[in-house]
Amino acid sequence: MSIRLNNISRRFGATTALHPLSLDIKQGELIGLLGPSGSGKTTLLRIMAGLESPNSGTIHFGERDVTHVHVRKRRVGFVFQNYALFKHMTVAENVAFGLKARPRSERPSHRDIRERVLGLLQKVRLEALAERYPAQLSGGQQQRVALARALAVEPDVLLLDEPFGALDAKVRIELRRWLRHLHDEFGFTSVFVTHDQEEALELSDRVVVMSEGRIEQIDTPHQLYRHPANRFVFEFLGETNRLEGEIVNGVLTNGEARLTLPGATGSRAEVLLRPHEVRLAESFDEHAHLPVKVSAISPVGAEVRVELEANWMSDPWQATMTHHDYEQLTPTRGTRLYAHPTRQHRFDLDYAI
Amino acid sequence: MIALSRKRVLPGFSLSLGITLLYVSLILLLPMSSLVGQLSTLSWEQYWNIITDPRHIASYKVTVGTALAASLANAVFGLLLAWVLVRYEFPGKRILDALMDLPFALPTAVAGITLATLYSQNGAIGELLAPYGIEVAYTWVGIVLAMAFTSIPFVVRTVQPVLEDLPGQIDEAALTLGASNGYAFRRVIMPHIWPALVTGTGLAFARSLGEYGAVIFIAGNMPYKTEITSLMIAVRLEEYDYAGAAAIASVVLAVSLFLLLAINIWQARFYKRLHGGRG
Repeated sequence: MSIRLNNISRRFGATTALHPLSLDIKQGELIGLLGPSGSGKTTLLRIMAGLESPNSGTIHFGERDVTHVHVRKRRVGFVFQNYALFKHMTVAENVAFGLKARPRSERPSHRDIRERVLGLLQKVRLEALAERYPAQLSGGQQQRVALARALAVEPDVLLLDEPFGALDAKVRIELRRWLRHLHDEFGFTSVFVTHDQEEALELSDRVVVMSEGRIEQIDTPHQLYRHPANRFVFEFLGETNRLEGEIVNGVLTNGEARLTLPGATGSRAEVLLRPHEVRLAESFDEHAHLPVKVSAISPVGAEVRVELEANWMSDPWQATMTHHDYEQLTPTRGTRLYAHPTRQHRFDLDYAI
Repeated sequence: MIALSRKRVLPGFSLSLGITLLYVSLILLLPMSSLVGQLSTLSWEQYWNIITDPRHIASYKVTVGTALAASLANAVFGLLLAWVLVRYEFPGKRILDALMDLPFALPTAVAGITLATLYSQNGAIGELLAPYGIEVAYTWVGIVLAMAFTSIPFVVRTVQPVLEDLPGQIDEAALTLGASNGYAFRRVIMPHIWPALVTGTGLAFARSLGEYGAVIFIAGNMPYKTEITSLMIAVRLEEYDYAGAAAIASVVLAVSLFLLLAINIWQARFYKRLHGGRG
């Protein structure tokens, strides 16, 4: 079922949680709403679910206008951040809740409910724990119960609020992949909220980046990472190195630092780089003269992480290099090197954060 | 003792337990044991004769019946009051909240006299009810009213914090699963507040059983009709029949104690389930 939001806005008293925004989600898509806290992403999700009503705009599920449809009739599966399981019911009773809550005429028979619940519990691999109470389960297991409970009513769309927020790192990654498989298998349309950019980029078909009640960019993870629309998106998606200075004859200058900027106009400019876009060498060239001093080295994982200092930086830079390069260069703490940007990003300087 | 306190990490165990036991002994156990002491002056036969006196039996019936009615009414309205106080914002909420404790603060005799004046046949409310043949003062309805007045805070104050602690979003979860408001309340909210509601109602019932001040002014105290057990005890005391008073008191005490113990045991089992068998 596709979801179409048109001109949705929401105010809470004097504060505006959502400025009017529109969003089209295709049938079968897995969409991540990404943003810092207070960006309006949870409010947007709750509006889709019908737990909040918008001050303006319309919501369509497929061809059905659900703007004024009560949450009860909207046919959404909602997984809450803290799971909101019914603690006094067993796992099986939790999953069966939505089926048993139906009016008598629409309620499946006891046998059908039992079979459906068992099938779902197998799907989430919890059939052995059907008679346990939620307090006896781990966080990851509770999360799966919450998911099975939401799926039991066969919703048109599945909405998840910070689905992995309360779990430890290892379980989170496991559940993330599992959710992706489940989504592909069932083929429903899903929207989830997260503040973790890695989670959004790994899990989503498309990511909606939000800040201060506005949509900053809607794109595939790849496009988003390669071509961020603005500085906020760039900074939010990963570690950022910054070089700011005056433009003198097409060269960005700040103290000892000099970097050729083809086509640079104006008097000041700012360049942003990802850690992997910084190459380190023992010499400088005509494009870049960026002397740095190594202040820390962490040779853990697939790459070596190096922290760089210089008096022309506002914050230390982070650079990554391959183990191969590391062995060639053998930098230690205090080694003086030159940085070379392999790629650089420029956004309007007057864009304020 | 020294060896024991050295083994514990939390300090002050022996001191705090010692003071607790002393206090409990002085305030609770000593008066109780003097009651037992009074009882021991009676033979079993005498004891049995006192507690099965027809007038006393009638008073048990009146007391238990009215206390039951009062605590059930309080269960319903106390729950409603707690719900309103927790779930909604409205002007005057704080005043209503503070008002809930008034029955604890007000001398019960004052409450009894006020109620009796209001509901007597020429009182402000009694006058309005009289043409319809409804009599409140000097009937069992009046007793229920007085008991309900003095015990309502028990229900409100036990249910209120539990409602406030209701796990966030569980009612929203029920709604997204298609449950009607009534179904969500019955199956999701009620089970959570049920233990607190039962405790509050139990406390209200126990308090009503022993209520004296508020009730005697509005009850009319007609033998076999509107005499409550506390009054029977008071009458015995006025006659300096301490043993007789103790005998009747022991019945009230036994009923209250049994009730409170039963609620505690039941509640412990209920909570065990909520916390996954870890007590």
